[in-house]
Amino acid sequence: MSVLELTNISKHFGAIQAVNDVSLSLEAGEVVGLMGDNGAGKSTLVKMIAGNFQPSHGTMRMDGKELVLHKPVDARRHGIEIVHQDLALCNNLTAAANVFLGRELRRGFGPLRILDYAGMYKRAGQIFAELKSETRPRDLIRQMSGGQRQAVAIARTRLSDAKIVLMDEPTAAISVRQVAEVLNLIRRLRDQGITVVLISHRMPDVFDVADRVIVLRRGRKVADKRIADSSPVEVTGLITGAIEQV
Amino acid sequence: MAVTLDQTIAQRQHNWLSTLLKSQAFWVFIAIVVACIFLSFATNSFATPKNVYNITRNVTFTAIIALGMTMVIITGGIDLSVGSVLCLCSMMLAVTMHAGWSIEAGIAAAILTALVIGAFNGVLIAYLGFPPFVVTLGMLSIARSLAMVASNNTVVFQFGPDHDKLLALGGGAWVFGIANPVIYTLLLALLTGFILRWTKFGRHLYAIGGNEHAATLTGVPVRMIKVAVYMISALSAGIAGIVETGWLGAVTTNIGAGMELQVIAAAVIGGASLVGGVGTAFGAIVGAALIEVIRNSLGLLGINAFWQGTFIGSCIIIAVAFERVRQLRSTD
Ligand SMILES: Nc1ncnc2c1ncn2[C@@H]1O[C@H](COP(=O)(O)OP(=O)(O)O)[C@@H](O)[C@H]1O
Ligand SMILES: [Mg+2]
Repeated sequence: MSVLELTNISKHFGAIQAVNDVSLSLEAGEVVGLMGDNGAGKSTLVKMIAGNFQPSHGTMRMDGKELVLHKPVDARRHGIEIVHQDLALCNNLTAAANVFLGRELRRGFGPLRILDYAGMYKRAGQIFAELKSETRPRDLIRQMSGGQRQAVAIARTRLSDAKIVLMDEPTAAISVRQVAEVLNLIRRLRDQGITVVLISHRMPDVFDVADRVIVLRRGRKVADKRIADSSPVEVTGLITGAIEQV
Repeated sequence: MAVTLDQTIAQRQHNWLSTLLKSQAFWVFIAIVVACIFLSFATNSFATPKNVYNITRNVTFTAIIALGMTMVIITGGIDLSVGSVLCLCSMMLAVTMHAGWSIEAGIAAAILTALVIGAFNGVLIAYLGFPPFVVTLGMLSIARSLAMVASNNTVVFQFGPDHDKLLALGGGAWVFGIANPVIYTLLLALLTGFILRWTKFGRHLYAIGGNEHAATLTGVPVRMIKVAVYMISALSAGIAGIVETGWLGAVTTNIGAGMELQVIAAAVIGGASLVGGVGTAFGAIVGAALIEVIRNSLGLLGINAFWQGTFIGSCIIIAVAFERVRQLRSTD
């Protein structure tokens, strides 16, 4: 049985049809490459899965049960984590504060529950070590390099035992060495049985780690096939529209 | 070189001393101390118990509202309506008590008024996407006009059966001869500082000011928090209004006129940044204190009171200049 199943999902913003009648299913422990030109609707699609947007039409089912997400917290409760395309970081806060943004650790009781600074620094430090990042929990985002920022955004997905990790262009702004680290992480997640959706423009990355590739064009799904049965040339054709549909 | 995980976690960019030296509020505090030392030698009338009592009490009305304003400014917003809200709340308190109700009923009326106005501002800003500047500018006009309507634009100086209680509340000095408003201010400052540093709500204020879009994406309840913060701002104006009414013993519809600018000045001098994401409770207090010390000292030094605006305005610009320098340094 699939972990997540989307049926006839659409999303429009006023007159703009960002995602149009997309159905797909995600299996446990697979890596799915999600590709498409700018504006194809990739980010909108994963934001619906992450609870940032509600679909205009269509349904989502997780483990066979209907899934309605009103806010990001709902998605996280169901084991869905996301790395946003723009990373969604606050420059004025520390790395640890950003990792825990929206789900801060607290200690104490009732109204006197206060932020657990020590606990958050510790956990964030452990995750950065796990990610082999030299990012330090107390540093401000403002002073960080692209790779360190990326690590902070990715670290958020490691806070809970996720079932599905959505990565929206996680390798767009980082060095070659760091790209390799991210791809390694994706493999490690898959080995733990976690489903990863990787949005990327970098054809080699997708063909390197993904088991399956889904192509969106102008909001519609135009391909969904195993990597082994496809080729970069074919996918490029599907993205640009040179190949209509497969 | 082996760096253990614990070392990495403990690694700070700056130690506490450099953090202190980089804090604008700290330098404003030093400036106040230096000014006070200078004034105690330069004049006979500065370091007298009476003058110190007056200064500390005069600071409080600005300081209490500056605490609320600082929270609004941290989220990247602004509240121009506080002076008028202070006036309307004072008037609600006065009119209620004048009509024969108890002090508790009067205070409840004032606080309820503040919360309703704050919620109105907040909903328009957070849910309907109106710019804070415009909404609160509108409220600046509305609240003062409502105060005139409520009092028929008269002066209220008789507060019914609990008249004396109200005057004691604002004018008394119940603890160690410290003026009551000073005690209230210190308690509110501690509360604000605690909220900003130790609560999830406080953390989220900074997140919203730093990157509202990111806060929304990560599931921070941005809209609810914004409504709450404008309610807090109005509430701080309401509290200041209650205390000031008790101290003055009379309310006119002029009370709090132009106060919004002084409050914003206090917050900015204390290090709050109008682009959002930065500010402290301590900063709000020292900012308000610096303004009052300047005002008081000009009088004592025999400098024409017309110069006041020039000095306070210069402080604002210097404060913003400091912020610019820090920004330029950190982008190098
Ligand atoms: N919040 C929004 N409001 C209005 N239009 C949006 C919004 N988000 C995305 N869009 C539009 O939806 C379309 C798909 O965008 P997006 O999902 O970001 O594409 P991609 O991630 O594939 O580049 C674009 O035309 C974009 O302008
Ligand atoms: Mg995108």
